[in-house]
Amino acid sequence: MNLVKLSWKYLTFRPLSTGLNLLLLAFGLSIITVLLLVQDQLEKKITQDAAGIDLVVGAKGSPLQLILSSVYHVDFPTGNINMEEAMRISRSRLIKQVIPLALGDNVQGLRVVGTNHDFLSLNQAEFASGKPWEYPFEVILGAESARILKLQLGDTFRGSHGISVGSHEHEQHPFKVTGILAPTGKGIDRLVLTSIESLWYTHEEADSIPTSSIDLPVSTHGFPPSGQDREVTSLLIQFRNPMGAIQLPRMINSGTSMQAASPAFEMARLFELLGIGVKVLQGLAIVVILIAGLGIFIALYNSFKERKYDLALLRALGASRMQLVALVVMESILLTTLGAGLGLLMGHGLLAVLVAFTTQEAFSVLQPWVFLPQEGLIIGYALAVGFLASLLPAWSAYQTSIAKQLTK
Amino acid sequence: MLVQTKSLSFSYPGQETLTFPDISLSAGEALLVLGKSGSGKTTFLNLLSGLLTPKHGQVILDGTILSDLRGQRLDQFRASHLGIVFQKPHLIAALSVKENLEIARYFVKTKGNPIPSLLQELGIEDKAKASVATLSEGEAQRVSIARALVNSPKLILADEPTSSLDDEHAEIVIQLLKEQAITVGAALVIVTHDQRVKASISNVVEVKHR
Repeated sequence: MNLVKLSWKYLTFRPLSTGLNLLLLAFGLSIITVLLLVQDQLEKKITQDAAGIDLVVGAKGSPLQLILSSVYHVDFPTGNINMEEAMRISRSRLIKQVIPLALGDNVQGLRVVGTNHDFLSLNQAEFASGKPWEYPFEVILGAESARILKLQLGDTFRGSHGISVGSHEHEQHPFKVTGILAPTGKGIDRLVLTSIESLWYTHEEADSIPTSSIDLPVSTHGFPPSGQDREVTSLLIQFRNPMGAIQLPRMINSGTSMQAASPAFEMARLFELLGIGVKVLQGLAIVVILIAGLGIFIALYNSFKERKYDLALLRALGASRMQLVALVVMESILLTTLGAGLGLLMGHGLLAVLVAFTTQEAFSVLQPWVFLPQEGLIIGYALAVGFLASLLPAWSAYQTSIAKQLTK
Repeated sequence: MLVQTKSLSFSYPGQETLTFPDISLSAGEALLVLGKSGSGKTTFLNLLSGLLTPKHGQVILDGTILSDLRGQRLDQFRASHLGIVFQKPHLIAALSVKENLEIARYFVKTKGNPIPSLLQELGIEDKAKASVATLSEGEAQRVSIARALVNSPKLILADEPTSSLDDEHAEIVIQLLKEQAITVGAALVIVTHDQRVKASISNVVEVKHR
């Protein structure tokens, strides 16, 4: 028998009140855990996926939509832009690199992106097997895409129009897998990549494509050459120097029929909008935790009143004043430690359930069983709450008079 | 002499001074302290146990003057040299019978009496794992006696141990206390207003409010 065991016995002696306080605390902490995990992972992912992209140019519309569709591959594209016009602004000396994208097709819900080989180096993608596309209709798969589609090198498949599942399937030339990428943890894992030419040819009537061009290698850098009036969806731009950030957006937005949007700025704006919701949830969690703290305080204080005799008796049995203080504080700390453990478990579990059942692509990339150093802080908060809640009852315990209580 | 008091007196703030008769006891001896309600019996007991500090005089237990000890050292001395049987059993409801004895052992850290044989002698060995709430009053009283004996005390103090018991059980409890005092070699002081106890213990002092 020792103090820890004794405080544990006291806790389990009141299972209902202990259980309720435990749940309240765990609930509050689990909300904070989920917020922490989601925020951390989304933020990391968002900066990761936008690395190396200073500006996105696309059709006029919502700048946020343009960023979401071209950088994160979640929203619908804003429309297409004329390639002639796109090529014209790309010649600016402020631009270091331009990667054109052609979007708008999918394979079983996975987005097909028409681009050039620069897109692979932008994403620092490495091949698990195979090699980049060289001819029209050759594609490479992101690691996740390969897993979901269950396709191997050399397999063929057909894409469908639109970016969601179940749309009209293209009947033309099938795609052929020439490479599969190693996992990167970035958005590229869930993409199907090919040349812009492949997408152009897919959308044309079979007989209007000059058969000779299908057999020619596609371009691997810059814009694909074309004799016709062609369109692309957007451009990912890297500046040569910081002047680009000042001059280019204004030049494009006022001087062309296209718009320019900065991923950093648009995502900051999005987070500002979401921030209100996150703050409300955080506030709610803090209120729940405070209520749990209050509950623990009330439970300790009430049980202290019932336990005045016990405490006096323990003193008579040789317990020092500090040992009684330790007993009361320990009871609270035991409870909050359990609550913190349960809260973290519930938080991760909740996220795992969310990820397992979500159809939102943005959430499916979250990893529920990654632990953050900040979670130590959550345990710290919980312990602080437990310690504070036990202060007054502990002080009362300290002042227990043996003679007064026991000889009443 | 195991236990001795010398011209003890005590006063509560704003009240008359209470004075107490001198007593002296050796191991195995029993003493009955009689007195009416309000006569200062309980004060006497609290002085003997060091829970109160006398205004004048001394309590000498096993060669130590109680009023010389302070704080933690007094607590430890009391816990290891005294076994107190309170008027009510005051058992810890969250613990089992055995654990109630173990916690008394924990704070003193001595070997003392082995708990199973102690429970057996008091006839409650089959209740060792029972919750305190399931005990009858007599059983609870015995557990509190067992707890008072668990650290092999030098002085056993009993405060009205029989007041809530019937004649038969009162007799059993008094005999039990006397026997156990002899077994562990302790002096026994019973404070009571219960005249029934007189029949069992011949050595009597009376506390009177003067």
